[in-house]
Amino acid sequence: MDAVVMWGTNARNAHPIFFHHVIKGIDNGARSWTIDPRRTSTAKFTDSWLGLNVGTDIGLANGVAREIIAAGLTDDEFIRNATTGYEEFVAFVEPWTLEHTAEVTGVPAEAIRDLAHGYATAPTAQICWTLGITEHHTGVDNVQSLCNLALLTGHVGRWGSGLVPLRGQNNVQGGGDMGALPNKLTGFQDVEDDEVRAKFEAAWDCEIPPKNGWNLTQMFEAMERDELKAVYVIGENPADSEADVKHARAMLEKLDMLVVQDVFMTRTAKMADVVLPAALGWAESDGTATNSERRVQRMRAAVPPPGQARQEIGIINDLAALMGDDAWGNPTAEEFWEELRTVSPMHGGMSWERLEAEGGIQWPCPTEDHPGSPFLHGRLWERPVQGRRAPFSCVEDRPPLDVLSEEFPLRLTTVRALDSYNTGVQTSGYSSPIRSGEALQVSVVDAAALGVVAGERVLVSSRRGAIRMTIGIELELAVGLCHTTFHFPELADVNQITSDAVDPKSGTAEFKAAAIRIDRLDEDDRAELDERVGAGA
Amino acid sequence: MNDTPVAVPTTLVEITLDGEAVRVPKGSTILDACRREGIDTPTLCWAENLTPVNVCRVCVVEVEGSRVLVPSCSRPVEDGMVIATDSERVRTSRRMVYELLASSVEMDRADREVHEWMEHYGARPERMGKRSEIATVAQPVKVQDDLYVRDYERCILCYKCVEACGDDAQQTFAIATAGRGFDAHISTEHDVTLPDSACVYCGNCIGVCPTGALTFKTEHDMRLAGTWDEDIQEVTTTVCSFCGVGCNLELHTQDDRIVKVTSPSDHSVTHGHLCIKGRFGWQQHAHS
Repeated sequence: MDAVVMWGTNARNAHPIFFHHVIKGIDNGARSWTIDPRRTSTAKFTDSWLGLNVGTDIGLANGVAREIIAAGLTDDEFIRNATTGYEEFVAFVEPWTLEHTAEVTGVPAEAIRDLAHGYATAPTAQICWTLGITEHHTGVDNVQSLCNLALLTGHVGRWGSGLVPLRGQNNVQGGGDMGALPNKLTGFQDVEDDEVRAKFEAAWDCEIPPKNGWNLTQMFEAMERDELKAVYVIGENPADSEADVKHARAMLEKLDMLVVQDVFMTRTAKMADVVLPAALGWAESDGTATNSERRVQRMRAAVPPPGQARQEIGIINDLAALMGDDAWGNPTAEEFWEELRTVSPMHGGMSWERLEAEGGIQWPCPTEDHPGSPFLHGRLWERPVQGRRAPFSCVEDRPPLDVLSEEFPLRLTTVRALDSYNTGVQTSGYSSPIRSGEALQVSVVDAAALGVVAGERVLVSSRRGAIRMTIGIELELAVGLCHTTFHFPELADVNQITSDAVDPKSGTAEFKAAAIRIDRLDEDDRAELDERVGAGA
Repeated sequence: MNDTPVAVPTTLVEITLDGEAVRVPKGSTILDACRREGIDTPTLCWAENLTPVNVCRVCVVEVEGSRVLVPSCSRPVEDGMVIATDSERVRTSRRMVYELLASSVEMDRADREVHEWMEHYGARPERMGKRSEIATVAQPVKVQDDLYVRDYERCILCYKCVEACGDDAQQTFAIATAGRGFDAHISTEHDVTLPDSACVYCGNCIGVCPTGALTFKTEHDMRLAGTWDEDIQEVTTTVCSFCGVGCNLELHTQDDRIVKVTSPSDHSVTHGHLCIKGRFGWQQHAHS
C-alpha cells in the first residue's frame, strides 16, 4: 500500500486493531490523509487532515475527481476497458474546480489538490470509510462518489488497492452474507430472481415470497401505517439506537405483538410482550462471524449461557417446530454450515474442517481447492473485461436535510469513544478509567458566544425534541460544530434530537447531521454539574 | 497486475549449528534457525509479535570469530557461520543472567519455561546473597484503576511492554524507561498515575509481560483471594464482538467463567494485540 485515505472514519477509536495495520503502512512510507469534520485521533496519525463541512463529502469527491482529470492523472487504459459513463462523468464534474470545491467544503484548494495528486499517482492506494460516509441522507451516493475516484485511477481490484468499508459489528458482513437482508437470500442472491428462488425452494422444500421485504426504516414506516403489527427483534435495540427515537418508541409501543430475543434486558426488551433470553454470540454460542475483509472465522462457546438463556440456533429451531415444521430437526452449527455451502456458491469451498484448520477464509471461495480471495473485482483487469463494466456515477452534492437556521444554528454530529460500543448495552459492564460520561462537545468560540462553561448543564434542542446535556469544550473543534457520543442513553438520550432524515436507497438515518440549539438553564438547574465530565473536560 | 503476490523464492545460506551443517533461509535470525532445527533456546525479551531489543541476553550463542556472545533473537544468519548454542561459555552466561535477574526481582510468577530453564542451567540466585541483605527492586504494588495492576517488584526491564505500547503495536507511548543503572524502571510520563497518563488501556503491555509484573486486576484479585488456578483453566478461541475487524480472542475460563482474554500472536488480524473493548468487554458477561 502506497497511499491510504481515511474518509469519514475514526478508525483509531472505532477499529483500533485495523488501524494498527494502517499505522504500519504509514511507517513504511505510505502517504495518508484523513477526511473528517473533526481533527480526530485518526487524523493525528495521517500526513494531512481535510476538515470538511459536515455532509459535503460528495462535493469534495467530485472536486478531487475533476482535479485528477484536469491534471491528466487518470488511468485511461482501465477507464476505456473496464468502466462505463466516463464522458458523461467528465462533463458532470467539470464545475467542481478547486476553488468551487474549496468554497463548498471549507477545505483549502491546495489540500484538495494534494489529495487528488497523491492518491492518483500512488502505485497502490486505498480509500477506507465508515459511518461518516454512510450515515447521511446521501449515504449511497457518498459511497458512489468514492468509487468514482477508484475507477478514475484504477485503484480497485488489485493487490494493495481498493475500497474498504469498515464494518461496525463482528458479523454485520456475515449477517448480510447469510441473507439477513430484505432483498437477498443466502450468498447475496436476489430474492426477486426467479431462478435463484427456485433453487432455494427446491433445497428448503417451501415457497419463498417473491418480493423484496422491508428494510428497518421501511418497517417503522409500515408500523406507522398499521401494516406491520407484529415484530420479532433479534439482538437489536431500536428503542435506543434509532434516530428520532421518541417516534421509534411510539411505533414499537403500538404494535400488537413485540418479541425480543437478546442477551440483555435492553430498553426494547422491556417493551416486549415476550422476551427470549439468548446466549452471547461470541462466548456462549457456536457458529461463524465474517469480518470486514470477508474472512469467515469460527466462533466457539467457551462458557454455558446463564439461566434459561439458549443458543439462538436452538431457539429458532424450536420456533420452527412450534410453527408446525418438524423437518428442521435440531441441527448443530456445523450442520447448518454444511447445508449453507450447498446453496451459497461463494461459500462452497469453505468446509467446516477447513475453517478449523486454516483459521479464516475470505469469500468468494467456490471450491475446496480455492485459497479464498484477498480482494474483489480483479475481473476488471481481465482483457476483455469479464462481466459487467463498472459504471461511473454522476452524484450531486446535497447538503444535510436538517438545515441550519437562526433557530437551530449549530451542527451536531454523533461519534464513538474508544472504550464504549453503540448504545452502551455491551460496554457498561466494565469500569473504564478513560470513560468520561456523555458531554456535548462545543468549540471554544461557540462556548464563549453562548456564555457556557465546561461541565455546565444545558438544554439542547432540535426540530425533534429537547434534552439536557453537559457541556464539554474541545479546543480543536471547528466553530459551529458540536459532537457527542450516544453510548449512555441513561445520561443523555441523544437520539431524541438526532435527525429523522433517511437515505431512501439504504434506509440509513442521517445520524451525522442534526441542526441544534443550546440554551442555558436557570441558575438552579445549571448547578447540577455532572461530576464525571468536570470542569477540565 | 491483478495477481496476488506469491511468496518470494527464498535463498538458502549454509551454516554450521552445533556441529551440523544446515541450510536455512537467508534473512532468518539464528533463533529462527535454532527453532527450525529443533534446538530449544530460552528467551525473555523476545516475542514473535515484537521487534527484538536485545536486552535480556538469555538467548546468547557463540559465533566463531566473534569476540562476544551474540543475541540469537536478532542476529541474522550469514553464509558459513559456525554457531555453538550449548558451549560452556554459553551455559555460564545464560546461568549468570538468570541468577542476576532472579536475585533482585521476584520471579515466582514468571512464565513456566523461565523456571524450567533456570533449573536446566543450575541457576542459584541465592549465591548473590540473602534477599533481605542485597539490593532488590522490591516496592509496593501499583493499583490505580479497576483494570490494571503494576507490580514492579517483578519487572526485569525486558522492554516488551514499552515496545507493545509504542512502535510495535499500539503507538500510544504511554510508558518508557526512566532512571539509570539499578534505578532504571518503567514509568509513565513524569510518573503520573496510569489514569492520568496517555494510557488507553488496550492491555497489550500485559499481554506481552513474561514475569507477571503487569497483570489484569481481575487476575490480581483472584490471586490475592487464592482462587487463581491456571491448571484448571481452559482456553477457547472465538471472534470479538465489538467491531467488524474480526480480532480473535482467546477466552481463558475457569469454572465456567471467563477470567482473562488474550489474542493469538500468530493471528493475521491482531498479531496478538487487542483494544480496550476486546480486552475488557467480556466483563459484561459477569452482568448478563
